[in-house]
Amino acid sequence: MRKQTPSQTVGPFYSMGLTNRVTNVMATESSQGQRICIEGQVLDGDGQPMPDAMVEIWQANAYGRYNHPDDKQEKPLDSTFTGWGRSGTDENCFYRFETIKPGPVPGADDSVQAPHCNVAVFARGMLVHAFTRIYFSDEQVNDTDPVLSSIRDKARRKTLIAEREERDGRVIYRFDIRLQGENETVFFDM
Amino acid sequence: MKISEYNPRDWKSHPPYMFKAYGSSVKRGPLKKLVPIKQTLSEITGPLFSGIKLDPEEIDLTRNADTGKEAMGERIIVVGKVMDEDERPIPNTLIEIWQANAAGRYHHPVDQHNAPLDPNFIGAGRCVTNEKGDYRFLTIKPGAYPWLNHPNAWRPAHIHLSLFGPSFVTRLVTQFFFPGDPLLPLDPILNSVPTKSGRQRLMASYAHDVTEPEFALGYRFDIVLRGRKATPFEEPR
Repeated sequence: MRKQTPSQTVGPFYSMGLTNRVTNVMATESSQGQRICIEGQVLDGDGQPMPDAMVEIWQANAYGRYNHPDDKQEKPLDSTFTGWGRSGTDENCFYRFETIKPGPVPGADDSVQAPHCNVAVFARGMLVHAFTRIYFSDEQVNDTDPVLSSIRDKARRKTLIAEREERDGRVIYRFDIRLQGENETVFFDM
Repeated sequence: MKISEYNPRDWKSHPPYMFKAYGSSVKRGPLKKLVPIKQTLSEITGPLFSGIKLDPEEIDLTRNADTGKEAMGERIIVVGKVMDEDERPIPNTLIEIWQANAAGRYHHPVDQHNAPLDPNFIGAGRCVTNEKGDYRFLTIKPGAYPWLNHPNAWRPAHIHLSLFGPSFVTRLVTQFFFPGDPLLPLDPILNSVPTKSGRQRLMASYAHDVTEPEFALGYRFDIVLRGRKATPFEEPR
């Protein structure tokens, strides 16, 4: 048995190697599903938005299937959609994804998980990336989602919900990630 | 649906979120207890980049600045194997690479260290592991550089690597160091790794079998990602 290679921070210069290509436009015109934008800021313990954070998301397609061989569900794959995206934070400290709304996926013990994106957060100052999830404020099934339900404190649960807004006819979900403080985002050990 | 889970993150191997000697972690490391969740399809799947096409020059950082000229510095060949905790190789997995130049300066606007930039070195590349989990790239040895963490702070020479592995939970961003560097014991980022053996696992080793005569020195850096819990009937991927 070998031991895991330790994690280290992405440091201040990660954009040279990690965001030097466009990786935050995940959907094309022909992708199946509702086109959405997810955007927000990553905030430090002083509530300051961070210009050098990076967010990666991984999600199912509109039918609720992951583009991965271990997802053996009989749901359609969408060849135009890998489900992965990466965004650094820009000069206004925003990250942003152009994607589609994911469908519900199976959870533990025959449960159904509400539509969500899986999130990994990286930054200068973070020695290990942090895992969280983005759920969507307009999904009734959030009430029965096993992960959300397992978080008893309602205020904490709310840190996992992206708020829907419409701007210029586009659907935008706002999801801020707070690394510390009273409203620290729920991060997972998984 | 039956799920073949991955081993947990080994918190004896990884640094804590908060490591006071590394000043930037103080306001940026999550402080509340992590919420444990069961692995589901969401966790055991992840981006595979299986159809990715790399330009041949992406694995040669000495010549990928698109200038037609070679970077300054000591050429090195870096090889290694990417595997899981059961030593099963992880084939066809993407590795992203970034680093400072030979003078210890990053090709990045935020880096204001008064050391020369090299127009022939952008300090970024990518490679993919082969069927045996092996990777190889050519670069120049990065220099040490100062930073503002504490008085007279210098980072030892290192190269950043980013890997995905087969699932969302196997994601790893790390950096490796060079043996014998006098700055190693002084580096809070390396020292954030809680065990001596963990810190040792971030050291590349000199590999004379990789060294090419009249050309470049070789270094080996193997990478271990989270493995799967007992999966006797599963073919290694």
